[in-house]
Amino acid sequence: MAEPVRADEPLLQTPLHAEHVALGARMVPFAGYDMPVQYPSGILTEHNWTREHAGLFDVSHMGQAFLVAEDKSHETAARAIEALIPADVVNLKPNQQRYSQLLSDEGGILDDLMVTRVGAPGHEGWLYLVVNASMKEADYAHIEARLPAGVSLRRKDDLGLMALQGPSATAVLARKAPQVSDLPFMMSADVQIDGIWCHVSRSGYTGEDGFEISCNGKDAPTLWKALLADPEVKPIGLGARDSLRLEAGLCLYGHDIDTTTSPIEAGLIWSIQKRRREEGGFPGASRIQQEIKDGPARVRVGLKPEGRAPAREGTVITTPDGREVGIVTSGGFGPTVNGPVAMGYVSRDVSAVGTDLHLMVRGKPLPAKVAAMPFAPHRYKR
Amino acid sequence: MTTRYTKDHEYIRLEGDAGTVGISDYAQQQLGDVVFVELPSVGKTLAKGDEAAVVESVKAASEVYSPVSGEVVEVNSALEETPGTVNEDPAGRGWFLKIRVTNPGELDGLMTEEQYQEFVKSIS
Repeated sequence: MAEPVRADEPLLQTPLHAEHVALGARMVPFAGYDMPVQYPSGILTEHNWTREHAGLFDVSHMGQAFLVAEDKSHETAARAIEALIPADVVNLKPNQQRYSQLLSDEGGILDDLMVTRVGAPGHEGWLYLVVNASMKEADYAHIEARLPAGVSLRRKDDLGLMALQGPSATAVLARKAPQVSDLPFMMSADVQIDGIWCHVSRSGYTGEDGFEISCNGKDAPTLWKALLADPEVKPIGLGARDSLRLEAGLCLYGHDIDTTTSPIEAGLIWSIQKRRREEGGFPGASRIQQEIKDGPARVRVGLKPEGRAPAREGTVITTPDGREVGIVTSGGFGPTVNGPVAMGYVSRDVSAVGTDLHLMVRGKPLPAKVAAMPFAPHRYKR
Repeated sequence: MTTRYTKDHEYIRLEGDAGTVGISDYAQQQLGDVVFVELPSVGKTLAKGDEAAVVESVKAASEVYSPVSGEVVEVNSALEETPGTVNEDPAGRGWFLKIRVTNPGELDGLMTEEQYQEFVKSIS
């Protein structure tokens, strides 16, 4: 049995740190923060609870910021961020949110992020960004260095962020803020919950219906406890967050996507709207438009190993006759699937669903098939 | 019956010239939910410290090392279908394998129950 690695550098804490400790969470270093990997009930129980009821996640380590156009014009702010990402931001409606990627000049992915057109009165020309914790310093530097005059980035390190996910999430939140019931997927609203200002979006990263809720950091513990007081809600750690998003077929930055992968290889073409595909005007556009036209040389696929042995990140993928055709980027046990699941990149000629492949696990070929994703069906509120 | 522990949290419980090998309660707690166990073939010869088995939690795979040298004489095949037994009863039904000990002197280098509990306290 190998010892867990312990980091010696001082770790940052989210506004909910004391809550996790009080709940008996096992805390681990993650992206520079001391974060709960699991609570005493364990990852399997937390995963299944989220699929059957509602799970509450602390995601306050993620970076929240506003992009603000001085001229109070949505188009000014939208054009500024469109120069860095391939999503259509100009045509976002107020309170609408989109998933996108910060791209390098080579069309690689510097980070993935959420962009929302702020809809609150008096905030015309404001975009709300949520970026990965591990990348936020690099992202902010990258964005600031490329903003035109008249557009500025305001980081909001004093905000908390939590996700409420699962089939009971809407009923739970609607007991406190009835208007969230009618919120469509990827739309947001400003609401009061027990007198606390919250920005709520119907989104998440588990494949389930649910919400991400931003509030002032000082209010976060009160809101956290208020939501946990509902018997349908349990706290969920990073361990189950990872198995939930893997079953949902969603990419984890630094694993399934990074500077070496393009959005087209990663199967994220759905996040590049038609106008942007045609017009380009984002970093790496020539490569990405070429890949849309001709198809990329390799693509991200789902993989279903036969038997029960999980294939982890870094596992080499071969054809049954031993030709190396790719690598696993995320893999593990899927509690809802009740078996191993993985995703990775393979040559396009062996990427069709049902293709037989081998995963080299501990030196032995483990038979697997290319599988459609998600592994567990999405249950978003459309 | 004598039980000895390694610093890597395996136990070996001696019954005659054979020992039952598993992981400690502390180890299963640290791992969390066990979802897969890979066992060696019966008849395999292991040196002390060789990889004897693999145990996987939702999060990660870990090696189980042989506490002593010897020959694998039996494995707990039930773990292939119900790996969670390792969490429920690590010292009992959650055993991994039985090994015929070739060099009983190797046991002297392992920790007693009391020494192991002290060791766990010192690292947790």
